[in-house]
Amino acid sequence: MSTPENPTGTPTRTVVVIGHGMVGHRFVEALRSRDTGSTWKVTVLSAEADAAYDRVGLSSYVGTWDRNALALSGNSYAGDDLVDLRLGVRAEHVDRDTRTVTTDDGDVIAYDDLVIATGSHPFVPPVPGHDSAGCFVYRTLDDLDAIRLAAESAIERAAAEGREANGLVVGGGLLGLEAANALRLLGLTPHVVEFAPRLMPLQVDVGGGAVLERLIGGLGVNVHTGAGTSSIATQDDGRLAVELSDGTALLTDLVVFSAGVRPSDAVARAAGLDVGERGGVLTDIACRTSDENVWAVGEVAAVEGRCYGLVAPGYTMAEVVADRLLGGDATFPGADLSTKLKLLGVDVASFGDAMATTPGALEIVHTDATKGTYAKVVVSDDARTLLGGILVGDASAYTTLKAYVGREVPGDPGTLVSPAGIDDSALGSALPDDAVICSCNNVTKGSICGAIAEGACDLAAIKGCTTAGTTCGGCLPTVKKLLVDSGVELSKALCEHFEQSRAELFEIVVSTGIRTFSGLVARYGTGTGCEICKPTVASILASTSSDHVLDGEQAALQDSNDHFLANIQKNGTYSVVPRMPGGEVTAEQLIVIGQVARDFGLYVKVTGGQRIDLFGARVEQLPAIWQRLVDVGMESGQAYGKSLRTVKSCVGSSWCRYGVQDSVAMAVDLEHRYRGLRSPHKIKFGVSGCARECAEARGKDVGVIATDKGWNLYVCGNGGQTPAHARLLVSDLDDETLVRYIDRFLMFYVRTADRLQRTAPWLDALEGGLEHLRAVVCEDSLGIAADLEAAMDRHVAGYQDEWKAVLDDPEKLSRFVSFVNAPEEADPTVAFDESGPRKVPVLLGLPTIRENV
Amino acid sequence: MTTLTLSPVEEAPTTSRAVVRPGMLPTPGTRQWIVACPVSRLVPGRGVAVLLPGSAQAALFLLPNGMIYAVGNLDPYAGAAVISRGLTGDRAGDPTVASPLLKQVFSLRTGVALDDPEVALPTYAVRVQHGTVRLGLPR
Ligand SMILES: Cc1cc2nc3c(=O)[nH]c(=O)nc-3n(C[C@H](O)[C@H](O)[C@H](O)COP(=O)(O)OP(=O)(O)OC[C@H]3O[C@@H](n4cnc5c(N)ncnc54)[C@H](O)[C@@H]3O)c2cc1C
Repeated sequence: MSTPENPTGTPTRTVVVIGHGMVGHRFVEALRSRDTGSTWKVTVLSAEADAAYDRVGLSSYVGTWDRNALALSGNSYAGDDLVDLRLGVRAEHVDRDTRTVTTDDGDVIAYDDLVIATGSHPFVPPVPGHDSAGCFVYRTLDDLDAIRLAAESAIERAAAEGREANGLVVGGGLLGLEAANALRLLGLTPHVVEFAPRLMPLQVDVGGGAVLERLIGGLGVNVHTGAGTSSIATQDDGRLAVELSDGTALLTDLVVFSAGVRPSDAVARAAGLDVGERGGVLTDIACRTSDENVWAVGEVAAVEGRCYGLVAPGYTMAEVVADRLLGGDATFPGADLSTKLKLLGVDVASFGDAMATTPGALEIVHTDATKGTYAKVVVSDDARTLLGGILVGDASAYTTLKAYVGREVPGDPGTLVSPAGIDDSALGSALPDDAVICSCNNVTKGSICGAIAEGACDLAAIKGCTTAGTTCGGCLPTVKKLLVDSGVELSKALCEHFEQSRAELFEIVVSTGIRTFSGLVARYGTGTGCEICKPTVASILASTSSDHVLDGEQAALQDSNDHFLANIQKNGTYSVVPRMPGGEVTAEQLIVIGQVARDFGLYVKVTGGQRIDLFGARVEQLPAIWQRLVDVGMESGQAYGKSLRTVKSCVGSSWCRYGVQDSVAMAVDLEHRYRGLRSPHKIKFGVSGCARECAEARGKDVGVIATDKGWNLYVCGNGGQTPAHARLLVSDLDDETLVRYIDRFLMFYVRTADRLQRTAPWLDALEGGLEHLRAVVCEDSLGIAADLEAAMDRHVAGYQDEWKAVLDDPEKLSRFVSFVNAPEEADPTVAFDESGPRKVPVLLGLPTIRENV
Repeated sequence: MTTLTLSPVEEAPTTSRAVVRPGMLPTPGTRQWIVACPVSRLVPGRGVAVLLPGSAQAALFLLPNGMIYAVGNLDPYAGAAVISRGLTGDRAGDPTVASPLLKQVFSLRTGVALDDPEVALPTYAVRVQHGTVRLGLPR
């Protein structure tokens, strides 16, 4: 963040922020970006050891167990001298007379203004035994680590005892159901106990609750509604005996309390600040407390007596206080408490006056027991104005319906929940311009349509110029509809599990930091994936990090080729291709390749990419083959991946009498730089040492041809089914600029191309064509060049040989067997015919008759 | 030839279920149970091949939701034993595996090729007991 110097040089005032949660962080960012005169110095106290992270996405921590993935961007304020962030330091005491804060490490910090952003803590009902070992809450990363530990040992214990491990969640609200899902993902059978007669009592009504309970029950969650928790007692075997108020007794391995939250207002109370009737630091609509130099924001604030348990209102409060500290007069406008979420894959939405509390309000309900959907709209007494509603099972109409709240509905409101499903297509176009489509960022239909009129032709462009859909993404279907209505052709959904294109998913992965397929499909897709979306996501994950492609959950996403790091052939055996950068190979390596081929009986063929392919290896032979190749300094050629294949070169100026540049050295450097880069399709390079073009570089995705002044860079060519000549991007580059431009070109392609779209069709589809590409790569017209280069630098720095990594990892190595129950056995169906001029595989007969056992 | 462990039918008491659930319940009647591997050996979302008596082969899958399915390992289109190396997923909720060779998609529940209902893989009953996965064969 760059802030111009304040004329006097040093900041004159200090603001201390207590709490570095989502809202505290937002406040610091808002203040620092607006305080162009650097008038404020900021000290932030964070009781948690982690800097601000995405608590809303807390549940996605389960499975990845990667704290960094949840970090909010910019949360370390690196390079900003005016912010002093102290992690793991709690504010103990505030003295309003001396205007100081005392920390738990004994420091006393003076403030001019104080911002309290301490959030909330989970409420634990005081039932007997609530503090037993095995009882947890669900609020922080540390909480989840503790739950994980307990769950893992419970599963072990349960397996030894030959039973199912289970966990009980006290509270069937929104967070309780999230916690139940987390337990399920951890491998426990979840039970949910809810005191109210239905799940999510705050958001849904009796009818919606019933449908929800059926759907969730069908997913293996045991729901007990209308029952309180009476007592918890530790048994001799370490399990917990939980008694419910209806007399049910449950034996469980662990308990998670999710019975609501309470504002963390203890420090404020002790300082004598006014608090709300139901807790929370009382403020006016400027978020100012009873002390004019003290402010409260986020979940701890009781603005005019009311606390808000959602992040969006907290963000608004943060902006209000930042504005006030800089002399503005912003006020908190109140907040929309509508919610839409997907719990255990079940859509639930509630908006406006969902409980029909407006006098005279009418409810129109449609329940479909077979489809498992419940839809209700609440309208005014004259049945004209939409007041609110609830959707369970299918919430696709949420954004459109919500935009109508407080407005007249065109036509018969009954059709909104008609059995034919909610037809929101007509509604979309009928929406007035001032209807809010993206409520996270307060973007109206008018500004979205304005952006479309000005040429934004896809979701990415609309997001870029209006910020709609950049926070929760829930409104994107509606935005898409507006695009379609305006006549814009949209790219196809990836498959039945993702509505998004590959490029959109790429953007989602980069901006949300989601690092697992399960997290991505839970939040942005449906179902469990397929052979189309899994490898696509695997490729995106691989393009954006240097984890091994077989690490963790990623292993399950890879196509058979990437899974076994070799190319599957028609009889199920594999071919092995070691990398030979630029076509270079030493005599020693060639000898070993020959010996390997002989010892394992492999068929040998020289490829079109100047390297050698060894055919006919069985799964269990692969590691031994790799070991021998690795031992002479060879590595995986990634011939199996959608990634850089080869950089073909001619022999160049060092040997050839015509050569003008050292094409071999350049080819070797380029191959070393881009090896292992995962991309939408395979990528090939060629480097020719003079205009005779012996390396056929113009038939490659990236072609480099020497001139007497340097290098010409050609892009987007290929051979194959639809050959395309590469096109000249720019001439006479020096080595360094050449590499920089290739970095930018490749990353731009990797980020924006569709699945299996090679560079030539990608360029054809690119709006503005070659001119645009040249502007992006050579003139940085989009301002992303530094970002693209940095991404490539990360790739280069993180490169590791995929074969060697498997050889070094006994767990991964153990997957290379033909049979799990007979690891020494070779597959008896694999056979070859060596009677002809060359070795060929023999296939089995093809039984096609159904023979269910 | 490796010896395969065969064990007689021992009806498990209903209480001793593990977290993982067999996708195909055994049909009534006695059968042989072949030990495949410990549950912990399975990677959620992926398959392994299991050698059966008489050189038949099964492909065994653990899905991320805890269900375990076993179908024939021989790809009827390609004539190669590769089904266990396919990608799992679902089609409209039906759990599936796609052949790694030509990507035909089969239901893990019924074995049927979803775009070609004439063709099907055999399916096998699965049982998980004390952390060990076994496949059921007709006697
Ligand atoms: C699992 C889960 C799911 C959620 N889902 C959603 C959702 O879908 N949508 C939504 O809008 N909201 C959701 N929320 C709520 C949302 O996370 C909160 O509204 C938001 O985090 C509030 O931000 P905050 O900064 O006010 O408080 P917090 O994020 O709680 O941060 C407060 C911080 O202050 C620290 N602190 C407290 N006392 C002190 C002290 N004396 N000294 C120093 N530090 C202190 C705390 O340790 C904490 O780190 C969810 C919450 C959870 C737990």
